[in-house]
Amino acid sequence: MRMYDLPDARGHFGPYGGVFVAETLTAALDELRTAYEHARDDPAFQAEFKYELKHYVGRPSPVYLAKRLTEKCGGARIYIKREDLNHTGAHKINNTIGQALLARNMKKPRVIAETGAGMHGVATATVAARYGMECVVYMGVDDVKRQAANVHRMAVLGAKVVGVESGSRTLKDALNEAMRDWVTNVDSTFYIIGTVAGPHPYPMMVLIACVGGGSNAMGIFYPYLQHENTRLVGVEAAGEGLETGRHAASLCAGTPGVLHGNRTYLLQDANGQITETHSVSAGLDYPGVGPEHAWLKDSKRAEYVAVTDDEALAAFHELCRSEGIIPALESAHAVAQAMKMAPSMPKDAILLVNLSGRGDKDMHTVAERSAKKL
Amino acid sequence: MSRIQGRFEALAEDKRKALIPYITAGDPHPSLTVPLMRALVEAGSDILELGVPFSDPMADGPVIQRSGERALKHGVGLKDVLGMVKQFRGDDHATPLVLMGYANPIEAMGTRAFVEAAQRAGVDGVIVVDYPPEECAEFAELAKARDIDPIFLLAPTSTDKRIHDVARCGSGYLYYVSLRGVTGAAHLDLSELAARIPKIRAATRLPIGVGFGIRDAESARRVAETADAVVIGSGLIQEIEAGAPADAVARVKSFLRPIRQALDRMATGEQTSPHRP
Repeated sequence: MRMYDLPDARGHFGPYGGVFVAETLTAALDELRTAYEHARDDPAFQAEFKYELKHYVGRPSPVYLAKRLTEKCGGARIYIKREDLNHTGAHKINNTIGQALLARNMKKPRVIAETGAGMHGVATATVAARYGMECVVYMGVDDVKRQAANVHRMAVLGAKVVGVESGSRTLKDALNEAMRDWVTNVDSTFYIIGTVAGPHPYPMMVLIACVGGGSNAMGIFYPYLQHENTRLVGVEAAGEGLETGRHAASLCAGTPGVLHGNRTYLLQDANGQITETHSVSAGLDYPGVGPEHAWLKDSKRAEYVAVTDDEALAAFHELCRSEGIIPALESAHAVAQAMKMAPSMPKDAILLVNLSGRGDKDMHTVAERSAKKL
Repeated sequence: MSRIQGRFEALAEDKRKALIPYITAGDPHPSLTVPLMRALVEAGSDILELGVPFSDPMADGPVIQRSGERALKHGVGLKDVLGMVKQFRGDDHATPLVLMGYANPIEAMGTRAFVEAAQRAGVDGVIVVDYPPEECAEFAELAKARDIDPIFLLAPTSTDKRIHDVARCGSGYLYYVSLRGVTGAAHLDLSELAARIPKIRAATRLPIGVGFGIRDAESARRVAETADAVVIGSGLIQEIEAGAPADAVARVKSFLRPIRQALDRMATGEQTSPHRP
C-alpha cells in the first residue's frame, strides 16, 4: 500500500493547498511551521495535549450504535461518533486546544478566530479563557443573527465578537477580516483557524461526515486514508438544490482556484469572483474547502455528495426522535446521507457517521423552518 | 528595455523620484477609469497601478475594499480591466502600467491566456498580492516571456534571506509595504523604513517603491528620502469617493499635484518643510 505522505514541505496536496498569502504573513507562517514541527515531536507538549483532551474536553468520545435508526432504515448498521459530547459541543475544541497550547508556547498573548455557526468561535473563546488569553472572534453579521446563542456564549467567556458587514456577511467574509487582523497584529497574535486539522477507529465500512471547510471530515478520514477498503464519503450542503445555484457545494459543483491562502475547489463565476453561498447550516455556508479534500476528490480516495436543506432538516428530526440525540444542522447532512445509503446496503455493513456537533445552537433556525411548514 | 525600467532610468538621471498612484478599475464607474488614468498622468504620475476588483480582497483595508465593491457592482472583471488598459494605450504609449490584484481572477482566465491578453493590451507589470514567489515561479516566467514584469512585495516582517529570494525573482521594481497591516492603515513608521530600505538595496539593483500609509505631500517627501518611488492608493481613493463622480478627475489632479511638487523640490534641493527634523 502506498504511504500517505502529504502534504509536501510547503503544504501542497498535489496541485492543491500551498501558501498563497500576502508577504506580510510569510514570516509569521514560517514561525508557526517551526513551532508546530517542534511541538509535534516534543513529548512534553504531546503529554499536556493528551491530558487536556482527556480531563478538559472529555475524550475519547464514544462510538454509539444507533439501533432504532438502523432498524428504520433497514440495512447497514449505523454507528455515530459522538463528537457532540465534547466540551463545548462539537469537534472544534480538539483543534483549538492544540492551537492554544502552541500559541502559549510561542508567547502570543492574543488569539483570533473566524466562525460561521459559532462552534469554532465558542471553542476558541473557551480555550482562551482556559489559558488566560485575549480573544477576538470575527463572524459575519448574518451569522451573528442566526446563531445568537453562540454569540452570547462567546461573550460570557470573555471574547470580543466582531460582526463583519462586508461581502456576503458569512463565514468567508469573517475569514477575510480575521486575516486582515492577523496581518495588522502579527507580532502579538496567533490565528486559530477553524478548519482542517487532525486525527481518530474498521469489515465493509463507510465513513460519512459533513464538509464545509472540511475539518470534522478530515479528522475522521485521516486515520483511514491508507485503509483502502474503507469508503470515505463527504457530504456538502446542496442548500435549495445544486440546480438552483443556491448551495455551498464547492467540491460537487465548483472549480479549482485560489482563495484564503490556498488553491482548492471554489464556487466562483467566469471572472473568478467568489460567489455567494447558501445553506441552512451556517457552518457549511462557505464557498471553498480544505485543499486535502480537493486532493482526495481528484485522486478518488474519497467521494463527495451533497444533501439539501430539506433533507438535512428531515434527518435532524429523525435523529432527535429515533435516538434522543439533537444533531447540529451541519452534522444532520451526514445523518441524511447515511439514511439514504443504509437501506440498500447489507445488514453486516457498517456506516459510521461523524456527529461533529450538537444542535442546541440551531433551535432558532429549526423553529423558524418548522413554523413555515405548519 | 521594459517601459518600467526605462522610466526609472530616466528619473534617476534627473535625480527625480517616481510617483505611482493606485486606483481601482471601474471605481466609481467604468466609464471614468480611462479619464482618471489620463488625469493621473497629467498630474505628474510616472507609473500607474490599476487595481483589478476581487470579491475577497484579504490584504486591503476598508477604503480599497469599498472601491472594489463599487467596481464589482458594475460587474467589472479582469477582461473589462484589460479593455480599459487597451483604451488607455490608444493615446498613451509612454506611461508604464501595472495591474495589481489577487490570484483567482487570473487563474480563472488561465495564467497563459492572461499574460498573452495583458501583453496585447499594453500591460507592463503585474502585482499579485497572494502569489508569493514560491507559488508562482511558472507564472513569473510566463509573464517575463511576454515582457511583463512580475513585481513582488516585501514587508517589515520579511527576513534577510527572504529579501534576497524575492529580489532574485522580481523585475521592474520591488514594492515595500511599509506597514504591518492592510492597505490604508494610518501610521507610517519612518524609522523602520530608514532601517529596512538599505538592507533591501544591498540585495537588489531594482528600484524600490514604498506603499501603505502615504497620504500627502509631507509623508510622500519623507518616504522618498529613502525610496525610489512612492505609491499612493487609499488616500487617492478617498479623494475619489469624497464627491460626485463627475468631478473626480479634477479632484485627483489637485490631490496629486502638491505631492508631485514636493517630490520635485527634493530633486532641486529646495528646503521643503519647516518641520524637517
